[in-house]
Amino acid sequence: MTTSLENLETRQIDPTKPLLEVDDLIMRYKIKAGEVSAVEDVSFTVHQGEAVGLVGESGCGKTSIALSLLRLLPSNAEYVSGEIRLNGEDLLQLSDPQMRSRRWKDIAMVFQGAMNSWNPVYRIGDQIRETLDTHYRGEMSYDEQRAHMERLFTSVGLPPQMLDRFPHEFSGGMRQRAVIAMALACSPELIIADEPTTALDVIVQDQILKELKRIQRELGMSIIYISHDIAVIAEVTDSIGVMYAGKLVEYGATSEIFARPKHPYAYLLLRSTPSITGPRRILAPLEGEPPDLLNPPTGCRFHPRCPFATEKCVVDEPPLADIGGGHRVACWHYDQVPDLEEALVR
Amino acid sequence: MSVSQPARTDPEVEDGGVAGLVADDLTAGKGVSATPIWRVRLRLMRRSIVQNWALFRENKMGMVGLGMIAFFALMALSHPILMSTVWDPAIYDPVEGYDAVLTEYTVVEGEVTDPATQIDLQTARLERNPTIDAGDVITIPTQPAAPTVSGENPHYLGTDVRGRDILSQLLYSTRAAFFLGAVAAITTVLIATTIGSVAAYFGGWIDGGLMRFADLILLMPLLPLLIVMSAAFDINMVMLGVLIGLLNGFGGVAIVLKSQALSIKVKAYIDAAKVAGGGDWHVIFRHIVPNVLPLTFLYMMFGVTEAIALEATLSFFGLLNVPMTWGVMINSAQTAGYLLSGFSYWWLLFPAGLAVSFLAFAFFIVGRGMDEVINPRLRAR
Amino acid sequence: MTAPPLHTETKPLLEIRDLEKRFPISRGMFRSPTEFVHAVDGISFDIAPGESLGLVGESGCGKSTTGRMLVKLMEPSSGHIIFRDGDYERDVADVPRSGIKDFRSRVQMIFQDPYESMNPRRTIFDTVSEPLAVQHVGTIPEREERVLDLLRLVGLTPPENFLFRYPHELSGGQRQRVAIARALVMNPTFVVADEPTSMLDVSIRISIMELMTQLGRELGVSYLYITHDLAVARYMCDRIAVMYLGKIVEIGPTEEILARPKHPYTKALLSAVPVPDPSYRRTPVEIKGGISKAINPAPECRFIQRCPFAGEVCEENVHPPLEQRGEDHFVACYRVEEIERGEVVPH
Repeated sequence: MTTSLENLETRQIDPTKPLLEVDDLIMRYKIKAGEVSAVEDVSFTVHQGEAVGLVGESGCGKTSIALSLLRLLPSNAEYVSGEIRLNGEDLLQLSDPQMRSRRWKDIAMVFQGAMNSWNPVYRIGDQIRETLDTHYRGEMSYDEQRAHMERLFTSVGLPPQMLDRFPHEFSGGMRQRAVIAMALACSPELIIADEPTTALDVIVQDQILKELKRIQRELGMSIIYISHDIAVIAEVTDSIGVMYAGKLVEYGATSEIFARPKHPYAYLLLRSTPSITGPRRILAPLEGEPPDLLNPPTGCRFHPRCPFATEKCVVDEPPLADIGGGHRVACWHYDQVPDLEEALVR
Repeated sequence: MSVSQPARTDPEVEDGGVAGLVADDLTAGKGVSATPIWRVRLRLMRRSIVQNWALFRENKMGMVGLGMIAFFALMALSHPILMSTVWDPAIYDPVEGYDAVLTEYTVVEGEVTDPATQIDLQTARLERNPTIDAGDVITIPTQPAAPTVSGENPHYLGTDVRGRDILSQLLYSTRAAFFLGAVAAITTVLIATTIGSVAAYFGGWIDGGLMRFADLILLMPLLPLLIVMSAAFDINMVMLGVLIGLLNGFGGVAIVLKSQALSIKVKAYIDAAKVAGGGDWHVIFRHIVPNVLPLTFLYMMFGVTEAIALEATLSFFGLLNVPMTWGVMINSAQTAGYLLSGFSYWWLLFPAGLAVSFLAFAFFIVGRGMDEVINPRLRAR
Repeated sequence: MTAPPLHTETKPLLEIRDLEKRFPISRGMFRSPTEFVHAVDGISFDIAPGESLGLVGESGCGKSTTGRMLVKLMEPSSGHIIFRDGDYERDVADVPRSGIKDFRSRVQMIFQDPYESMNPRRTIFDTVSEPLAVQHVGTIPEREERVLDLLRLVGLTPPENFLFRYPHELSGGQRQRVAIARALVMNPTFVVADEPTSMLDVSIRISIMELMTQLGRELGVSYLYITHDLAVARYMCDRIAVMYLGKIVEIGPTEEILARPKHPYTKALLSAVPVPDPSYRRTPVEIKGGISKAINPAPECRFIQRCPFAGEVCEENVHPPLEQRGEDHFVACYRVEEIERGEVVPH
């Protein structure tokens, strides 16, 4: 595969500098039956060049966070409080036109379901050109645009002549590559990848994940991966946040969380993920169903399904507290959760 | 057969209103309902009607339409009551009635300056007898007569060219309009649902044949066809309803319902029903038709609209063998030459014309309201 | 062509022989099609009574088509599916119309999407009792009793609360339990499960997998478990068959295949599966390109275009037959031994 990133703008990164800071974000959807508390008090930081993963089951609020960051929420959504700072500037204070100009230039998004992100009646190249037109009006000539798009395609491993093809002429994996090329078009500092490989077969998924990882490293970008697939997140991220019912329940370095998950939900989630490697272990099912976010449970939102729950959990909501080394957990009884290794070897 | 399985109780399920309702009907532990199944089904049906009604009620236009239909229904019901109580059949019968409304005219020689009160000598002699002279005052029954609200036999909407009460005709025709709409709509739905579902399910040459036939009917100009047919045959209301229903059902509606049925045919529950052992007709009538039905009801509403409008058109040309409808009312005004009279004889044209428009419109907006209940995508948040 | 023999002495429950399904690619109304997609291209395998066989492969490899032919939702273009259940022995393709209900009570299917596999306008009772109703088994109260038993069996308790609910009132996991109840209501001996857990969340997936395994064991049901997820197949299946473009390229006991894959495609597939352990380093995937469609495929090995080990022997011969390369382990590749000995390097 001839891929080259040489001609694309690379960024000097300082991994200690925060790029995106989300502070106490609360977002709710207003529906007829009441308010759905979709994102509740979520805080996390993405540093320059960092890959952060948000994992959780459907309806846990991970996609709502992604849309919140881009301010692409539907009209019935309401930001109750919180700040989303990109390089220190609060995105929630920007006017709509200001936000629009940031949207693809500073933060780009790779959506799930690559077929739906392309308009079937236009050539892929023309659709990328449209984005370039919006953000670099008058700054790039037609030929410069073409040259830039060819560089983009080469860098994601697609032959440049594919720019003149229509979306239906692409296979699923190629389409997702083109989506990544589109996301890179304005060299954003941050890419949000929402289930980037969910509809793809494993071999293609492997190729796409490798591509994303390489691009991120070489261009010095930050990526937020959003996925329900813990195995995918384990492979591509530096830090992960585990979400449950709209709340961030655990956050920390990926290796730390996979070795020593401290929140009972994270622990059970990892215990219930089958793997093709290692001994064939007993999988622990998580009992019960995720809660209704119209009437979330009192106290800790996980308490109805938690094997460690006590009276305190029903009444008091645990804060997301640092337990050392940037590993944050929202649980009163995190010290009772055993190490995963021990539990698995048993 | 016994398998130990940890009891999984879902808190959400236990306190649900419906669950409560159904669980009450079951004797705990015994396993078999205390209430026969048909009663449980009746309750479920009632609940679904209540839910759909709640959704429909939010649609203002739909509710306006429903109000209008209710008003027309009242009109239809009031006619037989009025006929048997206050209205004298000899005068007020919509078809056979006659009321001579008399007007006094002064016979003048030469120029008539006021056509409402004066009549020229020649016409007066022709009208009555040759002995009349200028200056005499004569009374002549006038038709159509303007609305009157007083007198022994008031005509609130006047009389038509043959001295029949317009209000009575209007009320009487409402019933006919409903009847025609119902016949046409039911025929449309029966034909279209069957054709659409069968074509979609079986595919192949059955689909090909039925759909080419549907295209053929769709391409035929409906109105000229009906005009030719009604000229050739003696068509009454029932026949007209069935005819409109057939043409509609075989044509456009069948094609729409077929595409809906096609989208249902590929659902996994159709495969599941086949794996369960269900035959073709079981799958069609238990799985495809019930899921096409909401759309069917929608087209039923639009079908009523179309039938009412078509009947008015055909009657206007006097092509139908019907005693009295809104279309016939307009037709009799037209044949007597009042069509272009404008506002001076408004009672001849406007009551019937507006009734046709409003009832057709009412069914149409009820249909649109139902559309929003059926298609959640159209529903405003 | 004979199928890889089973280790069991008993007669197999299912014998699939040279099963083929070709879909014509239609080019206009009056021209007879000249091109065919060879969705399933002459596969043979057996399923033992009580066994659970996993059919694994990428989308478009023909695994679902195979499953649909086994439950007679689709007719094979050629080949045989011999199904034995006690005294009952039939070729599935030859089941006459009159015998279809009998067949349907022995073979059932669980579908992938719990949101689409139930008629939204029918209650759970109607859905689960449908096989009983269409086959005229029992009176209505008897059917009700049977449905309640099954709902209890699949863990929907108390079952009375679920009987007259509609599918949309249930969660995905609960619906899939209902689907399992429907599949088991006639006491089948063989169930085809087409990706039954792929639409479910991780936490719910495990309980459904456990339920299916447990019920399979206790009720003596054999499964054909169709999945793209090798990790799930590992927990559900005794043996795994790997399909590629309509052909079975490798078949063998689950742990054997996972630990010692022999076909280059199986190897690639296994090394592409992400592992929920950040410290684990996978071996790099060695194959090139993406999967295509088997439209009038050339006679040689289906995998030749993407195979890093393809050589002359692969180009000169037809698609390799399944040959024994270990205990109950069969591989369709001419160069297995050379690759094992490290004599060929990937190119």
